[in-house]
Amino acid sequence: MKIVACIKQVPDSAAKVVVENGQISWGDAPLVINPWDEFAVEAALQQKEALGGEVIAVSMGNETAKEALKHALAMGCDQAILISDQALEGLDTQGVARVLAAAIQKIGGVDMAFFGRQTIDGDAGLTPAQSARVLGWPFLGLTAKLECSGRTVKIERATEEGRQMVSAELPAVFSIAKDYGEPRYPSFMGIRKASRAEIPVWSLGDLGINAPAPVIAWPALLNPPSREVNCEFITGGSPEEIANALADKIIAEKVL
Amino acid sequence: MKTWVYIDHFKGEALPASWEAVGVGKTLGSVTALVFGSGVEALAKLAFEYGAEEVLLGDDAALADFRAEVYASTLSKLASEQSPDLILLPTTTRGRELAAMTAIDLNTGVLVDVTAVEVDGDKVVATRPIYAGKLLEKTVCNAKPQIVTLRGRAFPKPEAQAGKSGTLTRVTPVVEARTNVEGYSTGEGGVSLTDAGVIVSGGRGTSNNPALTPPPGLDEKQAEIWKAQEGFKKVGELAKVLGGALGASRAAVDAGYIPYAHQVGQTGKVVSPDLYIACGISGAIQHLAGMRTSKMIVAINKDAEAPIFKVARYGVVGDMHQVVPALTEAFKKKLGK
Repeated sequence: MKIVACIKQVPDSAAKVVVENGQISWGDAPLVINPWDEFAVEAALQQKEALGGEVIAVSMGNETAKEALKHALAMGCDQAILISDQALEGLDTQGVARVLAAAIQKIGGVDMAFFGRQTIDGDAGLTPAQSARVLGWPFLGLTAKLECSGRTVKIERATEEGRQMVSAELPAVFSIAKDYGEPRYPSFMGIRKASRAEIPVWSLGDLGINAPAPVIAWPALLNPPSREVNCEFITGGSPEEIANALADKIIAEKVL
Repeated sequence: MKTWVYIDHFKGEALPASWEAVGVGKTLGSVTALVFGSGVEALAKLAFEYGAEEVLLGDDAALADFRAEVYASTLSKLASEQSPDLILLPTTTRGRELAAMTAIDLNTGVLVDVTAVEVDGDKVVATRPIYAGKLLEKTVCNAKPQIVTLRGRAFPKPEAQAGKSGTLTRVTPVVEARTNVEGYSTGEGGVSLTDAGVIVSGGRGTSNNPALTPPPGLDEKQAEIWKAQEGFKKVGELAKVLGGALGASRAAVDAGYIPYAHQVGQTGKVVSPDLYIACGISGAIQHLAGMRTSKMIVAINKDAEAPIFKVARYGVVGDMHQVVPALTEAFKKKLGK
């Protein structure tokens, strides 16, 4: 199996993110592999372990994104590729999907492409389905369980209403739900291997495409209205007394 | 603005956010509702009652199960023939996938999980949370049709007018299937956190009840999980009395206390109920990001310094294992249950 795991580098989920002079700032919080993408890497590695083959981690971004790719290598991916080009600044999800699809085509012979369900910065969750659409491959979104026999994959999808069983033929694109299982930690050997890895950088020229024209624009960034609440502490002589007073307050607020 | 609204449903049951989207469409102009499925004519009738002037009804066995690629091909063909200005969808798993693929087909873009819309000329200017609500962005789509998915509970649901009708047009699906749906297992009935008006959540504190003695034969970790599950039973009982859903913090999910489907926060569900009660949750920034837009937040926690109290309207510094059951009893009495 030739397996691709698409990942993105994002500010850590614990970062305080604010707008300063129209720019997004996350202070000195570290940049990490998108937490959802760790599940995609985990799924890719499990498929490789079950079926044989190799896992190639792919990311789009600037030079710093190599750190996220190294995390994927340290988890056990065999190769990593960074797609980086100044012309990719300000790309929207449609454009990202077209570039990633071109990279998957260039790698060639790919059987499975894994994505996280969404990134924790843009929160769009469109790129996996859009990449599948550009490739013309089946899309198996929010995969919680995956079994492959021959060229047929059967998955369970974690939807709002419960599990949905879906099958398709390879090659296919998957987005991986957290229900799939905890991603592994990088091993000590993996970290050593990753630190020495050479990560090739592909430009749009290497992919043989022009920069996709963005259709989405972002005229403004805003800090959310601050939540000015003064917490009123409910006290009393016993839990029952406290509970009674609190229940009265909540009922009076008419939120039930 | 010529607006289309996709009515998302599961087995013929529309998600409330679909009607909220019809309501938004009505504020922008005429609404054509898209109803796809098999045996779903009743939904078309409902769409008229909620305010659609026209319904494009794709009622076909090939549409019986939602398959994003089939629904997208059908929607894309209709849109390229009839050129709507705007397509609205609820931000559900299905809505998101359908919007994503349709945008590729039509060479346009999606403004996803939008919480407010304004109109500037022939463009929708959408506001959407990013970084799990730590920031907001204003965003526009410079191609047509503009595709926008709307966050559930962010817009009011219109009143249905019984008996109202409109123009029903039947449409033929474009079936280029790449997936087969083989069945469903609804398991515990699903956890509908994003639709819930009330959410009661538990955190790490659920396991911290010194009054409990775990059954013999459990190791330390098993005993902790057993205690937490006892704690979550109490949280669940409060949720039940209030007709709400049961939530959890990431810490509780990661510790194995409760399945992931209950997780609220940056890597779980982002929710916005009228009332959010946090029990034994300290309020890590990732959790706050997922529930800070709740109308009213109540926190019960042992630690008076816990950050959850900074977003809470009412707080109790105390043992959730005593306060939560007492609160359940108090509501039972006061609400006559």
